Amino acid sequence: MSDLTRLTAAELADKIHTGEVSAAETTQAHLDRIAAVDGDVHAFLHVDAEGALEAARAVDADIAAGTAPASPLAGVPLALKDVLTTKGVPTTCGSKTLEGWLPPYDATVTRRLREAGVPILGKTNMDEFAMGSSTENSAYGPTRNPWDLGRIPGGSGGGSSASLAAYEAPLAIGTDTGGSIRQPAAVTATVGVKPTYGGVSRYGLVAFSSSLDQAGPCGRTVLDAALLHEVIAGHDPMDATSVDAPVPAVVDAARQGARGDLSGVKVGVVREFSGEGYQGGVLRSFETAVAQLKELGAEVVEVSCPNFTYALPAYYLIAPSECSSNLARFDAMRYGLRVADDGSHSAEEVMSLTREEGFGAEVKRRVMLGTYALSSGYYDAYYGSAQKVRTLITRDFAAAFEQVDVLVSPTTPVTPFKLGEKVDDPLAMYLNDICSIPANLAGNAAMSVPSGLSEEDGLPVGLQIMAPALADDRLYRVGAAYEAARGPVLDKLGELEASK
Amino acid sequence: MSNISRDEVAHLAKLARMAVTEEELDTFAGQLDQILDAVAKVGEVAGDDIPPTSHAVPLTNVFRPDEVRPGLSQDEALSGAPAAEEGRFRVPRILGEEQ
Repeated sequence: MSDLTRLTAAELADKIHTGEVSAAETTQAHLDRIAAVDGDVHAFLHVDAEGALEAARAVDADIAAGTAPASPLAGVPLALKDVLTTKGVPTTCGSKTLEGWLPPYDATVTRRLREAGVPILGKTNMDEFAMGSSTENSAYGPTRNPWDLGRIPGGSGGGSSASLAAYEAPLAIGTDTGGSIRQPAAVTATVGVKPTYGGVSRYGLVAFSSSLDQAGPCGRTVLDAALLHEVIAGHDPMDATSVDAPVPAVVDAARQGARGDLSGVKVGVVREFSGEGYQGGVLRSFETAVAQLKELGAEVVEVSCPNFTYALPAYYLIAPSECSSNLARFDAMRYGLRVADDGSHSAEEVMSLTREEGFGAEVKRRVMLGTYALSSGYYDAYYGSAQKVRTLITRDFAAAFEQVDVLVSPTTPVTPFKLGEKVDDPLAMYLNDICSIPANLAGNAAMSVPSGLSEEDGLPVGLQIMAPALADDRLYRVGAAYEAARGPVLDKLGELEASK
Repeated sequence: MSNISRDEVAHLAKLARMAVTEEELDTFAGQLDQILDAVAKVGEVAGDDIPPTSHAVPLTNVFRPDEVRPGLSQDEALSGAPAAEEGRFRVPRILGEEQ
């Protein structure tokens, strides 16, 4: 039974659809695993055993009746980041301000998962409102990295990545505003994809920075991520920024890539993403990965994107500015926390006291930073300049993609650090996203795929692959080819201490 | 040189409707000052000739068909309300006595 949790989503789907195992027992095996290890990992904020089993039984009923499965992933359970609304199931965004809130509607991603017959095991932990790189900003306590329970699982989607690495779920959904899918994937040796901006609907994704937020698939293999990508992607009239274009054929691309031939593919190494601040083991893992891409037949060239060094500062103006506006909705009037409503305080005072109590330190910092950057007098110097940098970064990508098909870099400059190590130093924390942010600013597609363990500490390293907007399929082709050549990394993770 | 004073942080907190504590003001003033120092780097390359980008996908006036479809019921819309009364959100006093 328990080895069901060790299988990939593709393998599980095959077994379920051929009747070898039921969706219900597959879901139960993962629920059992969660019960066994999540006390230590804390990947989940809420487990919906009943809802998941009900969805699984519906898939089993379809199969017993001879009806074709609702999707290639029907019956394969999944962990959903707690920033996507689930009707009648708690959605907190890792914030006290939404504790106990039961959304009255499903996000489009949630609805598509349900329609595809994917049982939702529960909601995963995250940095509050997706602001952070460690999950330490969750109001409900941090998630722990299965590779070392004393270390961060990445963030903001650390619950999703940890649930995969701890074999609590074969699939997960994350959201990526500046790296919140890719950085957690890198530090847990799992796969995470930020699709092209607009590729996956944002309807029901609680907004942090609307021009950057993008939901995407997470898995233990590139093929699994591709299968999930095709379930959740596609135009949605409920999201005005949803791209009305066909979903790239990412599953075909992953299968093609797995054959291990990258001849004809041009790969660019981003010159700016190395040097000071990068851990030696991360850089050596990256060099090995580049050599493997060459062995697979890819042509590798060095590419310069000089403005990428300005991406981090631009991001920390644009994202806080948008968040200061988006989080104005948490006004204690229509839903969520309300404090001090005792008749002696005005609505404005209740609002201020509620936001003071309901928001954590990082959210407050960013709301104030955004309020400052958007103030008249400072607007041009800060927000206005950041928007110009966004233009320059988009131009750098455009120039690079005239020369190459994909760009590669390390996903993060360092391996997972210790819990508590950077929590009081916002700037040090922000540096984790230095390589991942440009793709958000330009709206490109990007992936992190495991590239082994760093030689000095034995902790996971990720290879980032970046492709032009709407060319998500290139990520999967290159990612799957590299994955096949590199071999599994997560297998090197021993059984969790707690469950020994 | 300091970018932002403790008083300015207090003003920002007021604008953002957050009743921050005195202790938070000290912490945030130092941290915001550091962050603003770092992000001011964008000014180095933001020339007058560069147009701003607000959004990765240039879209304007996106409409969906104007079709009647079910929305939230009144009960659903009020289901998360901190307080409701007679089918409406109940909120604390908005106007002062003298208004």
